Amino acid sequence: MEHAVHISGLEKIFMVPEREAGLVAATKSLVRRQSREVRAVDGISFDIAPGEVVGFLGPNGAGKTTTLKMLSGLLYPTGGEARILGHAPSKREKAFLRRITLVMGNRNQLQWDLPALDSYELNRAIYRIPRADFTPMRDDLIELLDVGDLVRKPVRQLSLGERMKVEIVGALLHRPQVLFLDEPTIGLDVTMQKRIRSFVATYNERHGATVLLTSHYMADVQALCKRVVVIHHGRILFDGPLTGLADQFAAYKTIGVALADGHVDLDRYGEVLHRDGDWVTLRVPKAETSQLTARLLSEQSVLDLRIEDTPIEDVIELVFAQARSE
Amino acid sequence: MTVVPQAATLPQAGRIRSTADFYLTTMRLAVQEQFQYRTANYFFMFGMVAEPVIYLVVWTTIADQQGGSVQGFTAGYFAAYYIVWTLVRNMNIVFGAPYWEQRIREGDLAGALVRPLHPLHYDIAYFAGWKVVVIALWIPLAIGLALVFDPTLDPRPLEIAVFAVAIWGAYLLRTMFQSTLGMLCFWTTRGAAIFDLWMTLELLLSGRLVPLPLMPDWVQTISWFLPFQWAFYFPIESLVGDLSDAELARGLAFQLLWILIGLSLFKVAWRSAIRHFSAVGG
Repeated sequence: MEHAVHISGLEKIFMVPEREAGLVAATKSLVRRQSREVRAVDGISFDIAPGEVVGFLGPNGAGKTTTLKMLSGLLYPTGGEARILGHAPSKREKAFLRRITLVMGNRNQLQWDLPALDSYELNRAIYRIPRADFTPMRDDLIELLDVGDLVRKPVRQLSLGERMKVEIVGALLHRPQVLFLDEPTIGLDVTMQKRIRSFVATYNERHGATVLLTSHYMADVQALCKRVVVIHHGRILFDGPLTGLADQFAAYKTIGVALADGHVDLDRYGEVLHRDGDWVTLRVPKAETSQLTARLLSEQSVLDLRIEDTPIEDVIELVFAQARSE
Repeated sequence: MTVVPQAATLPQAGRIRSTADFYLTTMRLAVQEQFQYRTANYFFMFGMVAEPVIYLVVWTTIADQQGGSVQGFTAGYFAAYYIVWTLVRNMNIVFGAPYWEQRIREGDLAGALVRPLHPLHYDIAYFAGWKVVVIALWIPLAIGLALVFDPTLDPRPLEIAVFAVAIWGAYLLRTMFQSTLGMLCFWTTRGAAIFDLWMTLELLLSGRLVPLPLMPDWVQTISWFLPFQWAFYFPIESLVGDLSDAELARGLAFQLLWILIGLSLFKVAWRSAIRHFSAVGG
């Protein structure tokens, strides 16, 4: 089966002008401009199968948005190849643009002074959607995101979260097969984030759409993505199942233990992270988890015990910290 | 890995029908939006009337001092010229060159580029819708000015028809050149000097400041080789003046020629601008 997204050795290099502060440097720059090469995306490769939902993770400036912009045809790659549903995005063919959508959490693409319903009409005309197909699709999306009341108000009167929801409806009216979602839940409260997450999951199931999602909220990624691609300084650090990320990068596990005597010194078993009454949380080297657990059970009067992987937020932090130190 | 089968994309409506549908939908949106701001639009138009009224008072005074006319143009002609001027000036308002910078800076362009439609279509359609509101608001204003200044206006049906076409021709012509100039914003945030120079040339060579026959001969000669007069003087003159059928036809032909030249220039500039934008990200 053909990949929905195919990227091979994709790179983007920007030339960024720079100079020191001050009048002298400003004068010098008139004669001799200095610029620096920034490799925003440095030869990345991965494929995404049709219908797959992939989390694209990385710290600020890692190259996520630049990659999404190349994949949606906004930026021309400096090198490498990208194919989306068989199209070269940089050609920006209409047939390609009709099959994708790019949602940027901090951008508004609806008519500011009009109700979203009017903007949806405009999208219908732009994407040339026959009305017989448009109306049920629109109503379905409105119902799924529960925005029936919101779409009748001028967009300028909506809160950030409400605006994001009506924005997403507008971005999906043409039933795109590939969704590039760049921080779709940024700045939203927890309830709104959950609603958008479950909506994306439902859309993916219902329409078999491929989704590439960037988010700083790990809850988004955990809820939606079985697979993650981690990028840092324009290079891919990890590409695989979300669970595998912890296996590869987290050298520790945590053991939560409830003891009959909560005051016992447990330093010899591992690093004590937290004490809450009789419940103690320990961090232990992953390779020694079984052995230390056995020792705890045999040497202490244990009432309850729980072994957990390092929380995914901490794993991501570890990944980036590791990349920084290299 | 579970692979969900891909759903088919929605079918598309036919190209010509859907293009017409897009224009009508966008124009309708513009009308709705601009009627929300009818008071602001009216104040804007009142502000715009100040300029021709000053010209009108000056030329009427000169005409009166010179025995009723200036180079054969009567006070009634000046009144008609500058009242029609107000509509043509409003029709000349398009998505201006400097606004391209805002569009790039605020990310609107990125949003427009991921849609399967050239942003120029949107600009033309949206401002065309706005013109419908402008024309509706202009009519009472023109009646008021006519009552005060007593214009001499006796057009033939053909002149009215040509005028109706020519004001839209002027709109398209100016859209093309302003959009082409706007492409400068892809390279520099300091395009204001060039935009101002263009505006000054337009002011002098279009008939906006004074009817072109009152300008020196060499100015009139230069203006023949530039697009400005076909977006301003010609539409006014088609209604107010006494142009022959051949002159009316020639005027429309020149408008069409300049629209095509402007469109060609825009296409070249756009290709280059988008290549630059795609390379540096705006």
